[in-house]
Amino acid sequence: MVRLPYTTALTTLFSYGLLFAFGQLRDFFRKLIDWFKAKNVKGYAPICLGLEDFYVRRLYLRIQDCFGRPIASAPDAWFDVVERYSNDSNKTLKRTSNTTRCLNLGSYNYLGFAAADEYCTPLVIESLKKYSPSTCSVRVDGGTTKLHNELEELVARFVGKPSAILFGMGYVTNSAIIPCLVGKGGLIISDSLNHNSIVNGARGSGATVRVFQHNSPAHLEEVLREQIAFGQPRTRRPWKKIIVIVEGIYSMEGELCKLPEIIAVCKKYKAYTYLDEAHSIGAVGQSGRGVCELLGVDPADVDIMMGTFTKSFGSCGGYIAASREIIQHLKMSCPAHLYATSMSPPAVQQVISAIKVILGEDGSNRGAQKLARIRENSNFFRSELKKMGFEVLGDNDSPVMPIMLYNPAKIPAFSRECLRQKVAVVTVAFPATPLLLARARICISASHTREDLMKALDVISRVGDLVGIKYFPAEPPKIAEADHDKLE
Amino acid sequence: METVLPVANATAAALARVSAMFNAPLARAVVFGVHIDGHLVVEGLLIAAILFQLSRKSYKPPKKPLTEREIDELCDEWQPEPLCPPIKEGARIEAPTLESAAGPHTTVDGKEVVNFASSNYLGLIGNEKIIDSCVGSVEKYGVGSCGPRGFYGTIDVHLDCENKIANFLGTQDSILYSYGISTIFSVIPAFCKKGDIIVADEGVHWAVQNGLQLSRSTVVYFKHNDMVSLANILEKLTHGNKRTEKIRRYIVVEAIYQNSGQIAPLDEIVRLKEKYRFRVILEESHSFGVLGKSGRGLAEHYGVPIEKIDIVTAGMGNALATDGGFCTGSARVVDHQRLSSSGYVFSASLPPYLASAAISAVNHLEENPSVLANLRSNIALLHKELSDITGLEIASNILSPIVFLKLKTPTGSAVADLELLEIIAEKVLKEDSVFIAATKRSSLDKCRLPVGIRLFVSAGHTESDIFKVSESLKRVAASVL
Repeated sequence: MVRLPYTTALTTLFSYGLLFAFGQLRDFFRKLIDWFKAKNVKGYAPICLGLEDFYVRRLYLRIQDCFGRPIASAPDAWFDVVERYSNDSNKTLKRTSNTTRCLNLGSYNYLGFAAADEYCTPLVIESLKKYSPSTCSVRVDGGTTKLHNELEELVARFVGKPSAILFGMGYVTNSAIIPCLVGKGGLIISDSLNHNSIVNGARGSGATVRVFQHNSPAHLEEVLREQIAFGQPRTRRPWKKIIVIVEGIYSMEGELCKLPEIIAVCKKYKAYTYLDEAHSIGAVGQSGRGVCELLGVDPADVDIMMGTFTKSFGSCGGYIAASREIIQHLKMSCPAHLYATSMSPPAVQQVISAIKVILGEDGSNRGAQKLARIRENSNFFRSELKKMGFEVLGDNDSPVMPIMLYNPAKIPAFSRECLRQKVAVVTVAFPATPLLLARARICISASHTREDLMKALDVISRVGDLVGIKYFPAEPPKIAEADHDKLE
Repeated sequence: METVLPVANATAAALARVSAMFNAPLARAVVFGVHIDGHLVVEGLLIAAILFQLSRKSYKPPKKPLTEREIDELCDEWQPEPLCPPIKEGARIEAPTLESAAGPHTTVDGKEVVNFASSNYLGLIGNEKIIDSCVGSVEKYGVGSCGPRGFYGTIDVHLDCENKIANFLGTQDSILYSYGISTIFSVIPAFCKKGDIIVADEGVHWAVQNGLQLSRSTVVYFKHNDMVSLANILEKLTHGNKRTEKIRRYIVVEAIYQNSGQIAPLDEIVRLKEKYRFRVILEESHSFGVLGKSGRGLAEHYGVPIEKIDIVTAGMGNALATDGGFCTGSARVVDHQRLSSSGYVFSASLPPYLASAAISAVNHLEENPSVLANLRSNIALLHKELSDITGLEIASNILSPIVFLKLKTPTGSAVADLELLEIIAEKVLKEDSVFIAATKRSSLDKCRLPVGIRLFVSAGHTESDIFKVSESLKRVAASVL
């Protein structure tokens, strides 16, 4: 959890207040000037009311160049960031044809499959030539190929469940599955920091939604007891079913979910569990099988396991793994299976090859090496950052580490200064995080070497001093043995 | 002053009379040397009554929260329903498996078949140039893009693809989405919020319905493709209602309806929209690259300038033989989505090789407009051949590449209809090696249009393919129906 010191909170609020005041002043002058010009076509209500996009126009546009930076190469450990310039103070950005080679600390490339890989890419190209980039058809009509069936079995085996079903996009997986499982008369209890796709799916299902405090099994138990005892709101009928939705690694905090305790609570109260492993599958665990393996939970205890292929496998799409009956029910009624174009066959082949590498079935031990490397890299990086005095969130073994920035002015300062020194970082502000808790988020990859990490630490330390984000006192560097003897 | 005096006199007189009444000898008593006048008795009685009421306990139903033991009992008693309903016997779950690319001829379960189940309208599956550009992309960029658009997931091919589509259609800008159906259900909630009014066709497909539900606006459906019904509803909503000027209003239609093959009359819709001041959201998944002289879609087909349509969305999984979707319109419309469309902001971006496939597909369409003539002649031939089929009738427009066959005499229940159609599709596959698909409805779909068999005609089909499918369908339909 983040503890916000009072002085920092006050200065952050003051900065936002100042930005807000200036924004309102500019809006006022803009309204005066526009009074003489007819802006909107007569009779149509404006697409966006003035208040709704105030944040975008007056705060976000000033620092727009820190977001959405285009790249011109594969998102590997080092990549080419395209330079952009603006003639109207950041309202529009134009591309140039110059690129800068930067160290990539922002892409979700946990196991290093983002670039062309020696085992995966030839197989992907072969499947491209055989099956074409798309099947142009939904899964139930003409969109199921041998590759799709093979991947479903492989995913089920990898995750440890009886069967699995694939979808072409991770976001759609959550928003189209949750309405199939629970409808009106059911209850969804989700973690307060769950991803937008889960929120959309819960909203679209028509069930009642309740939230429990982030990663707190005690509060979850309290909410469950209260809800079961009182039943549905107003009618007091008992709930039809209760589903608890949690994530494996929370991408904005880098924390692991307290899975064993939450599963114990859910079993006690007969609630179903849904685990979203978008960031943790393939990246944590002894053999890459996700949080269940890392925390020692039996996959049979989790009712539904969901994951995506975008992060650790370098492809696109999502899957659901559960018991045979649930998967058959989904195949017959899930709209994303019945109406959406099936996953692109080369992407399917990429995942099959990536899983085979991780499991070691391609005949080499690259998978085990990658898993060991990402664990080492994450733990090393996190401990070094903490030693330097940064406020870093997240648990050990998690490859996602947010560094707290807090003040709105530090966001563009950190981002631009790092880019100038050839390190590309991701900074996140409102609305993806709470207003006062802006942060920079580092994603470590297995393809980062020790030299890359040392360079990154060096740059971040220097920029951190410049910007002033070392909120904790730094540990004094250890005196080397030789100097120690000399002193004596 | 004049009115006050008489009033004061009147009240004084009334008080004097009342006190005279009380000064009757009965009420005169002397207690402890104090003269008890009448009014003191009344006041004393009043005070006693007040004290009596105050001392009584107020009637509130007793608040007894549940004890821990009671909550424990309730939790033990409660039994949830199973997570999924039991599967019916004989339900068709597994789909036929393809073993080669889904072009006009493909291999299903080991057999060579003629494929009418893939919406490969321009015959671009298996096109050499497109596959070469994809191979180059995979070697340069890898397969996935490993990040959302805001965090280093924007690759230069995405920006090139957006420019290409905007130039092709003649609009100011366009935005790419990473999946076909997520396009429309992210666009609608980005523009329509609680309190807005949306008028939509009742035959729109599930993704549009999901978008309408997520937007929380007021949705009114009009009869499928019926302009009279639309005009009535628009009139009813705007008639005499002064407040409609401030509320955002939208009409949502599809260019070619997936659920029936009908084409929306765009000129009529634009006329109504301008009369009643609504904005139009047009879903062009099946008409982009198909309708119009050069494939630019419904607006070109009807000769309507593209600026009059406010928002155009399309999935690229049909004519362009790739995956993903795009949305195009004025610069304001597109810029708004870059920060407030959830399927764009919170999701990884389109894999770069699919974006290069889209660019090559649009190039191919620009250079070879003759594929459209092939497609149209194929559809016309199929219509002619199937005009005399027993038990089924064609319900789609002559220009629509989705040829929709529905039962002439429906059995009355959608499930039974679907059963019959599935039997036809299976027999056609087994006996004549023709691969077709019956429409399947999800339990979450609210559309009530009839189910049917959908034949997706492609520019890559030859005349013999068309003859084969029509012969086979006629034979099987005669035997089953």
